[in-house]
Amino acid sequence: MAVSKLALVASSGKSCKILLGLRLLAFSATLSAAIVMGLNKETKTFVVGKVGNTPVKATFTAEFQHTPAFVFFVVANAMVSFHNLLMIALQIFGGKMEFTGFRLLSVAILDMLNVSLVSAAANAAAFMAEVGKNGNKHARWNKICDRFTTYCDHGAGALIAAFAGVIFMVIISAVTISRLVQPNKCCSTAASPSVAP
Amino acid sequence: MVKLTQRLGGLVLRFAAFCAALGAFIAMITSRERSSFFVLSLVAKYSDLAAFKYFVIANAIVTVYSFLVLFLPKESLLWKFVVVLDLMVTMLLTSSLSAAVAVAQVGKRGNANAGWLPICGQVPRFCDQITGALIAGLVALVLYVFLLIFSIHYVVDPFLLRKS
Repeated sequence: MAVSKLALVASSGKSCKILLGLRLLAFSATLSAAIVMGLNKETKTFVVGKVGNTPVKATFTAEFQHTPAFVFFVVANAMVSFHNLLMIALQIFGGKMEFTGFRLLSVAILDMLNVSLVSAAANAAAFMAEVGKNGNKHARWNKICDRFTTYCDHGAGALIAAFAGVIFMVIISAVTISRLVQPNKCCSTAASPSVAP
Repeated sequence: MVKLTQRLGGLVLRFAAFCAALGAFIAMITSRERSSFFVLSLVAKYSDLAAFKYFVIANAIVTVYSFLVLFLPKESLLWKFVVVLDLMVTMLLTSSLSAAVAVAQVGKRGNANAGWLPICGQVPRFCDQITGALIAGLVALVLYVFLLIFSIHYVVDPFLLRKS
């Protein structure tokens, strides 16, 4: 039954397939960003001093929960990927639903809100990562990337995925807004008479 | 008559957003404080942190854009383009505010796990001015979200209220 619904989606116009493909890409990008940052943790043991002849070791952990910007990053990317999942499910399994005026508008507004959310999260994490990578000599904050290289690398990968998600979400939002102006075949399979030509 | 109040409401919102963005820009640029710490003297400027520089640039762009759109005539066909630009500007404001707040929060509370000490104890007036600039940026963002919804309602007419 799902295969026949997929066939319905695939046959109802090229713009539908493009939109579905874009949403799949955005969903995978934001989900991978959330997962990679969520599992970001590194533990290292450093020698902090010497007592007589024996070195004193201490264990330090770098986790994503230490930085509020990264917590916001994980939560926001999870929310945006959930939104994309909902929209994909709506497009695949809601083929017979008629898109009256308010439904199109709510999809457009939700897309815009999620664009803002994911761009805010990606930016906050990017600037915090920049401080962690370069330090700040004016505020005497030491950089941490020379000690926790794996943590920084994973964080960088998550950031790249999140920025790719931002680009995809911007394109999706533009497409959804343009559908408000000119409703095309992707909106409803049955022609709705309320839409003015 | 409805059209006149619509146009007036849009102009008022945009002028308020222009003032808020301009206030955020000026407050962040003029924040500078010198504090002495025995022999060392610490000068705190907004340009020490990359996130604040981005905030200043973003608010400057928003100020100029708002000022230009204030003078767009009602019948111009560029209003459809203004909807897209409003969305981009909202995104710019969101990202710059979010980055600046993330870094300012580290400056205020420090980060015990990374060994970063808070700097607000040494330069309290600088911190207060940064806080004021961030609040003005938040006001500009909220006004621009309203403006975005307003532009979509006015230009795109999603409820199809106009008969033509």
